[in-house]
Amino acid sequence: MTTSAEPRVARRRSVRRSGAAVARPGFAWAAPATLFFLLFAVVPLVLVAVLSFTDWDGLGSPQYAGLDNWKALIHDHVMIQSLWLSVLITVLGVVVQTPLSILLGVWAAGKQRNRAILSAIYFIPLLLSATAISILWRALLDPNFGVPSQAKWLFGDGNLFGHQTSAIGVLVFVGAWQYTPFHTLIYQGATRAIPPVLYQAAEIDGAGTVRQFFSITLPQLRTTMITSMILMVVGGLTTFDTVLILTQGGPGTDTTISAYYMYEQAFKSFDFGGGSAIALVLVVIATIISLIVVKVSGYDKMRSSTEGL
Amino acid sequence: MKRRPNYLAGLGSLVWLFLIGLPLYVMLAATLQDHSDYSSNGPLAFPKHFTLHNYTQDFSNGFGHFFLNTLVVTIAVVAIVVLVVPPLAYSIVRSQGRITTGIFRLFLLGLAIPAQAVIVPMFYVISKAGLYDNLIGVILPTAAFSLPVCALILTGVMREISPELYEAMAVDGASPWRVFFQLVVPLSKSGLSTIVVFSALQAWNGFLFPLVLTQSDSSKVITLGLFNFQTEHGIDIPGLLAAVVLSMLPIFIVYLFARRALVQGLMGVGGK
Repeated sequence: MTTSAEPRVARRRSVRRSGAAVARPGFAWAAPATLFFLLFAVVPLVLVAVLSFTDWDGLGSPQYAGLDNWKALIHDHVMIQSLWLSVLITVLGVVVQTPLSILLGVWAAGKQRNRAILSAIYFIPLLLSATAISILWRALLDPNFGVPSQAKWLFGDGNLFGHQTSAIGVLVFVGAWQYTPFHTLIYQGATRAIPPVLYQAAEIDGAGTVRQFFSITLPQLRTTMITSMILMVVGGLTTFDTVLILTQGGPGTDTTISAYYMYEQAFKSFDFGGGSAIALVLVVIATIISLIVVKVSGYDKMRSSTEGL
Repeated sequence: MKRRPNYLAGLGSLVWLFLIGLPLYVMLAATLQDHSDYSSNGPLAFPKHFTLHNYTQDFSNGFGHFFLNTLVVTIAVVAIVVLVVPPLAYSIVRSQGRITTGIFRLFLLGLAIPAQAVIVPMFYVISKAGLYDNLIGVILPTAAFSLPVCALILTGVMREISPELYEAMAVDGASPWRVFFQLVVPLSKSGLSTIVVFSALQAWNGFLFPLVLTQSDSSKVITLGLFNFQTEHGIDIPGLLAAVVLSMLPIFIVYLFARRALVQGLMGVGGK
């Protein structure tokens, strides 16, 4: 695929600009990846908007249906509830995971002797698929054969999946189990990048560990905190595998969050138009958040040493 | 520099280690005993009669085949990523034109496009292209969705290549082609191994695309095999957990060798 860049490369070499001795690659080098990405990520993104105005059962051709799907969506109480549930689970996820991963990340950034061995075990959830993790916890928390059947004093009737509160609790817990190691890693990297001189100065001023943590470490981690939280929000809003395997949206529709509801509408009820409309709502929310990522984190201005060459 | 240990975080990390370790221990212990032993002894007991029956049974349930499919998907996805991402990153870092800046923004924005959001049109596109229930139909979107992160990781690494090196190459009159292969690629090795590990991880663990885009057993991947096993034989917990262990085994072996690349790459995702 990359050979398509060759003619352009040759042309560039012959038209050497005066003073600019360094030959630069043209955008043709970026073309294969970009076209591929446009075709399989951006085009579907446009299509989802188109499909949301159609009636399609997945087999025939989509038929134009005007605003029908959208009208149905506004009056669909499960949809409204699913948005609330998505927000609730996302917020709970951020609240649980942020303090945990900051503490663990700061700890892991220090010089611990057994850190290599510990972190090898510690980061295992990063390697597991959401499917594997959900199945593991579904088995562990099984009302009849799992841990709750042995520890009734802790889990009550043991049927964690049978009540809304505990089912949501399980989803938040499993989400934290799965993602905290990743965010810990981010904080670990960021903590290591804090200039040691700040701590030396604080030491001279007689500031203790706790004081140093609140006055140096936390403020220095601000950018990372924003990035990490935004990743948590996007991840939380689109939690899907976990819900499909752990609760199937139940009991009833008590844990039917938007991403799962979209899947049910489209691939179980064969209402692909309605599913697209829900998907579009998710896209809009995710896009708004991603724009915030790019703006706040300054990723798009991230140009270090090669700037100005 | 002397940084005193943070005892609170140290305690927390031990608690967390327990939370990570215990389920993994229970999982391993469960897979090594009979179904009946597991249900009578409970999940927290140490297995009395060891058996590998659960593992062999999984293989006779088709897991070997799912394994092979996953391997094909993973290798293909990694191949696509390795082919298209380095030139992309090179052009973003070095050409600095308006177009490449725009392209970089596009990929940054792509970081936040959730696969769920495009799954319905993806189903439409793949069906119309005649790739439904075909591994190629899984490979293409999976690769596309690992591009943004890989591009981000690799541009980060390539930005650290010193400008003097490019100038030295320019004195020799090197073309972008030669600069790419003799300078940029060798100096980005760490980043390249990171994107290999990362995209392999994505492909191996992928669930949504196979779930929606395949149907028959012949094109099933391992995560889907797990999911179906759970819906069909959910009561056989040791067998199910053995399948979970099997699904993570290859990736765990890779992890033992490529831990540094993976961990560093993931650290980079969080920004400075």
